[in-house]
Amino acid sequence: MAERLLMMALSPTMAEGTITKWKVAEGSAFKAGSVLCEVETDKASMDYEASKDAVLLKILVGEGGKAAVGMGIAVIGAAGEDPGPLSAAAPGVPAPPPLPAAPALPKPSAAPPSPKAPEPAREAVPAVEAPGGGGPSAPASYPPSSPLARSLARELGVDLRYARGSGPGGRVVERDVRELASRGPAAGPSGSRPLPAGAADRRVPVSGKRAVIARRLSESFFTAPHFYLKRRADVGSLLALREGANAGREKPISLNAFLVKLCAEAIVRHPYMNSGWEGDAITERSSVDIGLAVALPDGLITPVVRDCARKGVAAIDEELSALIAKARDRGLAPSEYEGAGFTISNLGSYGVEEFTAIINPPGSAILAVGAALIEPWVREDGSVGARRAMALTLGCDHRVIDGAAGARFLATLASFVEDPGKALL
Amino acid sequence: MSVITYREALGRALDEEMARDGRVFLMGEEVGEYDGAYKVSKGLLAKYGPDRVRDTPIAELGFTGAGVGAAIAGLRPVVEWMTHNFALLAMDQVINEAAKMRYMSGGQLSVPIVFRGPNGPAEYLASQHSQSFASFWAHVPGLKVLAPSTPADAYGLLKSAIRDDDPVVFLESEMMYGWKGEVSDQEFLVPFGKAAVARPGRDLTIISFSKPARAALEAADALAGRGIEAEVLDLRSIRPLDEAALYESVRRTGRCVVVDESWPFASVGSHVAYLVSRECFDRLDAPVALVSGEDVPMPYNHALELAAQPLAAKIEAAALRALYREV
Repeated sequence: MAERLLMMALSPTMAEGTITKWKVAEGSAFKAGSVLCEVETDKASMDYEASKDAVLLKILVGEGGKAAVGMGIAVIGAAGEDPGPLSAAAPGVPAPPPLPAAPALPKPSAAPPSPKAPEPAREAVPAVEAPGGGGPSAPASYPPSSPLARSLARELGVDLRYARGSGPGGRVVERDVRELASRGPAAGPSGSRPLPAGAADRRVPVSGKRAVIARRLSESFFTAPHFYLKRRADVGSLLALREGANAGREKPISLNAFLVKLCAEAIVRHPYMNSGWEGDAITERSSVDIGLAVALPDGLITPVVRDCARKGVAAIDEELSALIAKARDRGLAPSEYEGAGFTISNLGSYGVEEFTAIINPPGSAILAVGAALIEPWVREDGSVGARRAMALTLGCDHRVIDGAAGARFLATLASFVEDPGKALL
Repeated sequence: MSVITYREALGRALDEEMARDGRVFLMGEEVGEYDGAYKVSKGLLAKYGPDRVRDTPIAELGFTGAGVGAAIAGLRPVVEWMTHNFALLAMDQVINEAAKMRYMSGGQLSVPIVFRGPNGPAEYLASQHSQSFASFWAHVPGLKVLAPSTPADAYGLLKSAIRDDDPVVFLESEMMYGWKGEVSDQEFLVPFGKAAVARPGRDLTIISFSKPARAALEAADALAGRGIEAEVLDLRSIRPLDEAALYESVRRTGRCVVVDESWPFASVGSHVAYLVSRECFDRLDAPVALVSGEDVPMPYNHALELAAQPLAAKIEAAALRALYREV
């Protein structure tokens, strides 16, 4: 079916372009990825590449002509097709999303799409920002998309604004989202994406969320005098306990839920760990509210489980997974992430052996949990064996917690991790 | 297990139910002396006699009404219409009497009757005799509507229909009477409201019923040649409708083509497409497609007659569009 070829934003700031040269003549066929015309933008001369195989039926904007982004510049379709009413000028066509540096990106192999297989990727389009930022900024508008594409984009953590729609009218469909997800780091921490060759530096405006993270963590780190205490704890018993508790459960209880509970029990025995500095007073909290740092593509958030001392591990786990799911959907209410008296940050799943964390105000302490690794271990009798252990690094605000006080808490916590039954006593 | 025709399957069901229950009788045009216009009732007059296999005058409103009265009075009539095209004359009895009686009597009366006969286009029968009225009946609360496409389902559903205490409209097809299929030699019933997975698949769902279910399977074969695994659901029962089975399948495949040989406007197919669109919205990757009979009186010219029907090639093309593949 004949369709109008629209002027694309070939750079993020491009509003209109001048066609300097048509590389394909009217009536000629072209392949996906071939250069249709050269366009002079506000910054440079760029190649306009075809996104699919078709025939150039009619040129609407000739050489030297200007076209705003979203305006029809030609009619394409099947050989011999009548461009018909599509050749009429059509002002006011909504602009499609600009392509982040699409023409400069490397293309995948140029195998022509076979009708028996889904069309291969057309142009390398970056997916959502890598955790920690540095990716391109998102185009403002969303392309049309199928409901499944939208559901899937949510599930896979893909930003639809970067998707190139291969459906009619540029509709983003399932295969486009899967293709995008297969490139982007958003799919998981191990995702990789090819570095665009010759891409220019970008200045990415700071999002509101990132600004809040920056302000609060700077404030904490530069006003609260941090000190750190580190211990390693044998986790064999804890893992065995977890395994036993999860036997027969449909949804296993996470290790984090156990850590939250053990911290809560240790805090009950050392309540000063759950207090906050207020300049002329120290708040001693009555409820043990523990936050867990959760990494999201656009920054960190810390959902809080309230009153952990009075809740069982299963209840904590249930709340935690509901909160994390909400956090991934960006649906956390402030009451669900504010006011943690104590925070846990666990980077064990990334293989981090140990690390120090910045205290999450208004709390006065944070526990950094490393990976549970098998290590050699010298027993009391001098014999050498192996054990699975993790590093527990406690960060404390010295205005509230002194070194020995923090050490006492950490000793209790380590003893609970090594022998969870002690937390029951 | 025997391989028998759709016609023989219906005849066997009638025979078994008449033998099982003395209240069951058959009436209609040429069902007796002539052994049925399409030979469904072959041998029944000889076996059960003229009291239970009654030839009627060419007067659909009259003998349909007599059947409704007999059902209210306690018998279990099977009324055969020579085709559903002729049943238009009897609609008042079906819709205003049979379908309303239980409701308007406050549950005191029931109408255990089966109306059956061929529905939809056959061949060379022109505009007035080539119509599918599935939606005319399915529109009416108080009626159950069945449309099996295999001999086994025809057998099992007709037996269930005769045993049901409410009016059932049974849709057959002249083209299907000669279709063969395996039917168990053991007696069995097919329940109402259960769709059949005629072919499992993962890439899209094709929903159909009655005669076009075969075209849907042909289309699925052609699609398999392109590496596409289509799931084909045969509704079998239009009312009650097995909504859960449709939604489960479409939520899994993300794409749906509905096939119905009726005209597209306000048809069973358009309603199913609406339900699927509403209930599976978040899992759809393409609009739900409807491949229907063309919106015209059926042409007599055979090439046009075929072109007006939902043939396998049209279903295949709709499936490819739903997959965003080149047709």
